[in-house]
Amino acid sequence: MVVARKDRDPPWLMRTYSGHSSAKASNALYRTNLAKGQTGLSVAFDLPTQTGYDADSPLARGEVGKVGVPISHIEDMDQLFDQIPLDKMNTSMTINATAAWLLSLYIGLAQRRGIDPTKLSGTTQNDIVKEYLSRGTYIYPPGPSMRLIADTINYTVKHVPKWNPTNVCSYHLQEAGATPVQELAYALCTAMAVLDRVKASGEIPPAEFPQVVERISFFVNAGIRFVEECCKLRAFGEMWDALTLTRYQVEDPKLRRFRYGVQVNSLGLTEPQPENNVQRIVLEMLAVVLSKRARARAIQLPAWNEAMGLPRPWDQQWALRMQQVMAFETDLLEYADILDGSPVIAAKVSELIEGARKEIENVEAQGGIIAAIESGYIKRELVASHMNRLRAIESGDLKIIGVNCFQETAESPLTAGGGDAIMKSDETAERMQIERLQAHRKTRNDAEVRAALQGLTDAAKSGENIMPSSIRCALAGVSTGEWGDSLRAVFGEFRPPTGIDITIDSREVLGKKDQVTDLRERVASTGNALGRPLKLLVGKPGLDGHSNGAEQVAVKARDVGFEVVYDGIRLTPQQIAQAAQEEGVHVVGLSILSGSHMELVESVLQELRSRDLTGLPVVAGGIIPQEDADRLVGLGVRAVYTPKDFNLNAIMGDIVDVVRESNGLERLGALH
Amino acid sequence: MWSVNPTALSGLAPCIDREMTHVKLPDPERLAARILRRERAAVADGLNLLDNKLAEARDRAVRLLACLSGERWLKDGHLVGVTGPPGAGKSSLVSAMIREWRHAGRMVGVLAVDPSSRPELGGGALLGDRIRIKNSSYDDGLFIRSLANRNQLGGVATEVWPMSCLMLACFDIVVIETVGVGQTEIDIADIGDTVCYVAQPASGDTIQYLKSGIIEIPDIFAVNKCDLGPPARKTASEIGRSAPRQDRREDWDYPVCLVSATMNTGIKEFHDHFDRHRKFLADTGLLGKLRTRHQSAWVIRLLKEEFGTIGLELAGGRASIEARLGEDPSDQFGEYERLRKHLLSRFLSVNQPTNPTKEEHPDEQAIV
Repeated sequence: MVVARKDRDPPWLMRTYSGHSSAKASNALYRTNLAKGQTGLSVAFDLPTQTGYDADSPLARGEVGKVGVPISHIEDMDQLFDQIPLDKMNTSMTINATAAWLLSLYIGLAQRRGIDPTKLSGTTQNDIVKEYLSRGTYIYPPGPSMRLIADTINYTVKHVPKWNPTNVCSYHLQEAGATPVQELAYALCTAMAVLDRVKASGEIPPAEFPQVVERISFFVNAGIRFVEECCKLRAFGEMWDALTLTRYQVEDPKLRRFRYGVQVNSLGLTEPQPENNVQRIVLEMLAVVLSKRARARAIQLPAWNEAMGLPRPWDQQWALRMQQVMAFETDLLEYADILDGSPVIAAKVSELIEGARKEIENVEAQGGIIAAIESGYIKRELVASHMNRLRAIESGDLKIIGVNCFQETAESPLTAGGGDAIMKSDETAERMQIERLQAHRKTRNDAEVRAALQGLTDAAKSGENIMPSSIRCALAGVSTGEWGDSLRAVFGEFRPPTGIDITIDSREVLGKKDQVTDLRERVASTGNALGRPLKLLVGKPGLDGHSNGAEQVAVKARDVGFEVVYDGIRLTPQQIAQAAQEEGVHVVGLSILSGSHMELVESVLQELRSRDLTGLPVVAGGIIPQEDADRLVGLGVRAVYTPKDFNLNAIMGDIVDVVRESNGLERLGALH
Repeated sequence: MWSVNPTALSGLAPCIDREMTHVKLPDPERLAARILRRERAAVADGLNLLDNKLAEARDRAVRLLACLSGERWLKDGHLVGVTGPPGAGKSSLVSAMIREWRHAGRMVGVLAVDPSSRPELGGGALLGDRIRIKNSSYDDGLFIRSLANRNQLGGVATEVWPMSCLMLACFDIVVIETVGVGQTEIDIADIGDTVCYVAQPASGDTIQYLKSGIIEIPDIFAVNKCDLGPPARKTASEIGRSAPRQDRREDWDYPVCLVSATMNTGIKEFHDHFDRHRKFLADTGLLGKLRTRHQSAWVIRLLKEEFGTIGLELAGGRASIEARLGEDPSDQFGEYERLRKHLLSRFLSVNQPTNPTKEEHPDEQAIV
């Protein structure tokens, strides 16, 4: 029998991105996962926590405990890490706009437990730059956001040296449509912007600057084209090595290593035949472990049923076991880099590097990544790339098994239980969290809270590092919403370019030509019959900032002749209903990916009714389980589109029919 | 050959979409009463009606505007036009202005015009101004309607005219935001009582337009993004030098303001110029004359766009149309519809000589 060699490489950190309902429930889940062999934690926060609102804020309605755990104050943090030794745990927090705050809560908790902060290790994602492009959980304008990133770096380098204060993310760029070249270019531009900012702050003496460079880590995506993805990671390593040497004069090669964590691609996971996602996830993992020189430091894998809703503990366990089989059963960790010396790999890496260098020069010529975001350039590029991808899926040029080919399937025993194949979030979570928060407010020392918040405001205004006053806030019992509001008052709020103002180049790029022509005729003739061009409102209620889907629908609708009102993200149901009324639209499309579709859609319908717009048809799209889709239709929603409806032309045809039906016209049926 | 915009006759062609619809059209007289009471839902319904091209809707639109018109059309409210090149920051400046107006308790209506894609590319539009104009909080005293220009000449949607008339009946301030400068019949100056041009720092376009006389001189200039410093100041002083022209109104100083919408600097002073200009127009008795003139310009532009220069001749020529419109300044929209129907009947009899069944076309029924 062949036995694994003893001197094999140590495996990467194994995590599962999780958190839901409450600190208590999430803590129980973490301890179960650790008992199963997980070696680090990856905390998912809910949207109010990510965007700096308290659970009882009107904007938080329906979102508390949905996509992650709600953390409103230090007692929640304490409960989240109950019986978990902070000095021995490696904790990754997916937190951005409020990263300085959650890190302050973590450090504050360590101090309260008598643990030396220098012993803390882990990561705050803290890449607010990409929030403007993809995830959408930004709060403040780019200037103050860069400052918050710099403040956390400056603070941790001195006081929490094992912490990774920022994880520059190319992950979400890929989700927003980035090609490997764009991923490389924009992530490296972001890293440069962050480092330049820290350097300009002058808090770190030049001799110690290489330590700052060493603390910059990355968070990367790996898609199904695993050979190219593996080359992308080798390219990342080479480019980072060169860049840190030439631009920041880091002489020690160890400090120039490209350190990264991974979550493999969730965008490509499918709702039809979801069991195929298992092999997709494993193949995608190959890209980030195969090459020793470009191997991930930490990996988290999505669950096979993520496109359907919230995974159950068993689904997460399956994802963890994939990593364990790869690390402990295969012989991968017994070898040196197995791709070194391959001319094919080397050529592909060079090609990617060359493309990325050109795009970096292009962005630098525009004044750097922040200027290119503010001008809308990068968002436009990403929306265009994403559109190309969707068109390739529609045309069949990009094959997705079970979606646009090989659709035949036997009934799957995995999904036979219908709604049981995913986890339901706790319906009482929001109420419980609000009660807990309101009780907490009564137990605090108000004078201490006021003084701590004043200190925070003063620091924000004066430009001194935000971390010490934030830690003081954490210890005084300040809430997430209070921290967020204090900084909002000083920094202001930001609404970025939507990127949907891209021009139509030619008919050829518009997916299947005949379908588009057919659609344009339908939109035009229906508009003529109704007396004015069809007008669509695309709305994103709630705090969820994943706007890629909404943007693609808006662009497609424009392409087929709709007049489209897109109001951006983070709107209350009241604002959406008001826009529908003022704009006189024929149909409202709502996009919700946070799982809060029931509450939010119901509120929008209610607001429309109160404005006498009962007859105005509403359609909804997002990650919506079939059971909920049926309930939404019961509430009066005219159509629900889920990830299995990948064909935007078909969706458009259906929306036209929804409008026709609502106005007493006959449906035209499927496109030719 | 006849030079006729095909959309004008779409209602006559045999391919007309004659599907039976159940478009519910409101009773115009009752709707007008609700609009005058400033009911939001009624304002929305009224704008939908004015946008509707069905023959029955056009008739009702005439009745609606007739109910809303009268003396107030010549003296009430303040119609503000904001224009300038793309990217100059018009929307954020309008947003900052709205804050000031709302702070003073005034009701504000906005018509924001965005371009449509070319007809052969579907003619759709992305209307993104709302997101740039709106403050994050809910506000009952602000009403925004986005419009696509639908490839109409001059870049300003023809619907802007009737819609702005409706909005004047129920809002204290009506803002019309458009991209670029008009190149044809309608000049930016015809958009509002007070026209503001937002210039981009370090861009020579504005000055070129001014010098060549392409644009009538705007009442107020704003050089946005003044936080850029020297380039903004340079542009402002260049505009100041180019502004003296023969078509200047006496007694108005044509201020050039340095503002920054994002930094919120210079907004108060900028805002005050609008009130000052409105008062100037009222005091000198110019307001009524200006609005009458603008409405005539709209009518002529619309007729010409649909029926071409020959159409204008068929209607008696520009001078006679203007004279006819001048007789009753409060019913120019009704007069426009009557002229339009008259022309439609003329075109019908020319274009379909073998089938001159006027009665069949709904547009013909109500002809006066």
